[in-house]
Amino acid sequence: MIRLTATRMVLVLGTLSVALVAISVFALATGPSSVGPQEVLDLVFRGADASVDSATRDILLGIRLPRIVLGLLVGAALASAGAVFQALLRNPLADPYVLGVSGGAALAGVSVLALGSVLTVSTQMVPIAAFAGGLLATGLLYWVSGGRGRSSPTGLLLTGVVFNSIASAGIVFLASVSGFFEGSRIFLWLIGHLSAVEIDAVGIVAASVFVGLATACALSRSLNFLALGDETASHLGVPVESHRRALLLATSLMVGAAVAVSGLIGFVGLIVPHTLRLVIGSYHRLLSPATALTGAGFLVLSDTVARTVLDGRELPVGAVTALVGGPLFIYLLRRAQARGPMT
Amino acid sequence: MIDRMDSVDPGDQGRVDAGHLVFESVSARVGNRVLLTDVDFEVRPGEVVGLIGRNGVGKTTLLRIATAGLSAAAGEVWLGGDRVVDLTRRALARRVALVPQDVHVPFPFRVGELVIMGRAPHQPLIGLESEVDVERTHAALDRLGIAHLVDREITTLSGGERQLVLFARALVQEPSVLLLDEPTAFLDLKHRLEVLREVRCFAASGRGALIVSHDLSLAARSCDRVVLLGEGSIVAVGSPAEVLTPENLRIAFEIEAACFPGPDGSLVVVPNLLGSAPRVE
Repeated sequence: MIRLTATRMVLVLGTLSVALVAISVFALATGPSSVGPQEVLDLVFRGADASVDSATRDILLGIRLPRIVLGLLVGAALASAGAVFQALLRNPLADPYVLGVSGGAALAGVSVLALGSVLTVSTQMVPIAAFAGGLLATGLLYWVSGGRGRSSPTGLLLTGVVFNSIASAGIVFLASVSGFFEGSRIFLWLIGHLSAVEIDAVGIVAASVFVGLATACALSRSLNFLALGDETASHLGVPVESHRRALLLATSLMVGAAVAVSGLIGFVGLIVPHTLRLVIGSYHRLLSPATALTGAGFLVLSDTVARTVLDGRELPVGAVTALVGGPLFIYLLRRAQARGPMT
Repeated sequence: MIDRMDSVDPGDQGRVDAGHLVFESVSARVGNRVLLTDVDFEVRPGEVVGLIGRNGVGKTTLLRIATAGLSAAAGEVWLGGDRVVDLTRRALARRVALVPQDVHVPFPFRVGELVIMGRAPHQPLIGLESEVDVERTHAALDRLGIAHLVDREITTLSGGERQLVLFARALVQEPSVLLLDEPTAFLDLKHRLEVLREVRCFAASGRGALIVSHDLSLAARSCDRVVLLGEGSIVAVGSPAEVLTPENLRIAFEIEAACFPGPDGSLVVVPNLLGSAPRVE
């Protein structure tokens, strides 16, 4: 029996949504000052009437909640972007970080942050600049790879490595020249974090991520066809160019938004789609929304680990995702090489 | 774009000439190299036509021109009275389906998922797969005897099984014309006959099929007519007995071969490895 039914979609997405809520409540309840799950649930369900003291309320709503919301948005964006890039480039190793798209977005974002005070540009421009940078990096990637995923997997990965090196060098250079960033903040940008939410552009970020996710889900069937190659997609009646353009634009938009607030968090786009493919298969109709939900939960969980694992000190969440994702990447690379030459 | 999609009527199933594919003075160019000039032949409704010729002579290129994947350097391809270049991709996909030689699938899609993708031109752009889509998919898998593979990952199948899956995908597309690019290359004898029987069955309902094949005897057995391509142009078009002659094969393949009726009356082609025609008693 074909397992793609409405019942199965509801079941899988429902389970993931419940898990996502559970993770969020757990993340709200976890931290240096102990807050019980009852207090969290009380606050969630009864709002202003909750019997929670004002200090606890401030911690939950003022500190933890914004960070969790940001984690949900960034995680969903990065995971979905990974799945979209994998399908469009027909390359299972694609990920916005590995490909250097995040790097391009970060470089552009930091440029605005560093030069903003000189040029009197508002920090609200950071997500827009990051979007432009991500788009430019995506365009360069397509140009270098000869487009349409025809280039070899190794060629693409090397391109991404070089993009990332250039972006990191650029970020460090800009920060040194402007004297705008103290060392630790550059470090946080380069490794990726969710701790310094002081940007006044959360609205733009949320809107961008929603546009990206909506596009990826609406065109999820096209992702199936594009993953089989342009010619097959075209034979099946898919308007290949316009759908690819829409997907690349929307994906660059959400990667730009995610990077603008969190820096270079790596491998989320690799870990989440690959794990899900093992469980629910590769059909994007289900994989696309499931990836967004799982990515959101994964990053919030990773961030909860990052801020609690060292007692009293915080790890950047990018370190956690890299520690999980790096080995997975090497495993996938080895498996791909075992299947055929990666010339 | 959307307006145009709707304005071209895709519901051509009722038309008598829906399964009529005509190559009219088609020239094909790959890069700067002229591959074929003045190719003229047709696949009439109800007919199975074989397209044969040496490697690289332009057989697959002609199929790509017929699916508008490539544009002809000159000439026109007509499908049921419309020029294929005038149809939108979606309208064309409802009328002509291609079974490719093989396709690289980078992700472990399941067989059922890959076959149901053939329903794309019949589905709304946004929305779930319908009951009809699922039903047609199961029917096609049953017909080709691969219903047991429905939940297998495509990456775990043999080359022959993959060809059957691609054939099933083309069938659920419900086209008026079926193009098959060496559909039996990786198949065992039993499945070769089964695929060709299905192609005949497809054509029997007034639709057309064009098969690229290197198996001349099998083409002779299963095709109503055969198009033999030589270097740059057509060598001969006609019934298998008319086209598959030692002289024509010498021109097209630069081989010596014997062509004679087999036990069941259909033509058998036996190439002579020593370079001169074998004697047939």
